Amino acid sequence: MTATLIALALIFTELSLMAFGGGYAVLPEIQRRVVEVQHWVTPAEFSALFALAQAAPGPNMMIVPLIGWHVAGLPGLLVSSLAKFLPSSLITCMAVSAWERFRDRPWRAVVQAGLLPVTAGLVASSAVVITAASATSWWLAGLTGVTAALSVFTRAHPVAVLALGAVGGLAISFF
Amino acid sequence: MTTIAEAGQGGVSAPTTRQLFTGFLGIGLIGFGGVLPLARRMLVDDKAWLSPQEFADLLGLCQFLPGGNVINMSVAVGMKFRGWRGALAGILGLTAVPTAFVIVLGVLYDRYSTDAHVQHLFAGLAAASAGLLIGMAWKMLKPLLKRPVALLVVLMLFFAVAMLRVPLIVAMLVLAPVSILLAWRFGQ
Repeated sequence: MTATLIALALIFTELSLMAFGGGYAVLPEIQRRVVEVQHWVTPAEFSALFALAQAAPGPNMMIVPLIGWHVAGLPGLLVSSLAKFLPSSLITCMAVSAWERFRDRPWRAVVQAGLLPVTAGLVASSAVVITAASATSWWLAGLTGVTAALSVFTRAHPVAVLALGAVGGLAISFF
Repeated sequence: MTTIAEAGQGGVSAPTTRQLFTGFLGIGLIGFGGVLPLARRMLVDDKAWLSPQEFADLLGLCQFLPGGNVINMSVAVGMKFRGWRGALAGILGLTAVPTAFVIVLGVLYDRYSTDAHVQHLFAGLAAASAGLLIGMAWKMLKPLLKRPVALLVVLMLFFAVAMLRVPLIVAMLVLAPVSILLAWRFGQ
């Protein structure tokens, strides 16, 4: 149990400091660590937990406390939340006071422009990693295709898209 | 640091720690998928804690730093008005309801994940969230399509992280400086 909590703390502290461009950028690494390194859940379970977290309100990285809860109950939830949110929040606290001094510096815009393709590449990786683990039949692959098209071409609400997927998945179990 | 509340500057009345907590609690309560527009409405339109310019400025900071944009925003706004107590109130308010929600979901998942119907439901849910991610990736890639240098960085990261499954810290330590250097060398 203690070893699990320490592993959770280490993984999410490290990811907290690397999450440039927000949570989706570190999703492939969360999946790699939780599934491939620690073997806490299978790829399919990970995708299901991610989808569940997507269905929760609030910030988009609720997969982190959910993994913590699934792996080690309430202590796991607390440790993973603290590890994920505390380091980046401390940096934000310190940066708020320094921001006035570096916001207009040319290097700030250069660093931000440089990080943009990095984030885009990581989000594209997230999409592929989660799709590979989720689209395990022609029916599910079709659902992924339809929901991807809905999110690109329409202004459909994400929760409506998720609900469509849940109903679509449930439908196949009656055939 | 000197907070705005102490300095007494700005036209708006500075929120108290309790108001920061309840303000962000409201966002966590209703913010299904995409919290940022809601955060803007609360901070700029409803409560007028920030001017549109201040919001854009703080958002720039939050996007620049590691961590989720809205999480960072709750910390930054709290810090700006009430120091570290305000920051704590902001982030706790924002994450309280979603965390409770996640516990309920976790309990339900552990209890019912062996049921065949529920498994199919989760499989469909996962397929849809993969679809949403593809949509999001597409929206991020589209503005980069006409910039070959940026696209090259995207491809290298994608190859390292999605294909080779290289540890993120290695990929970031190598490719982030390269990308920043390229942005500096070739402009935007």
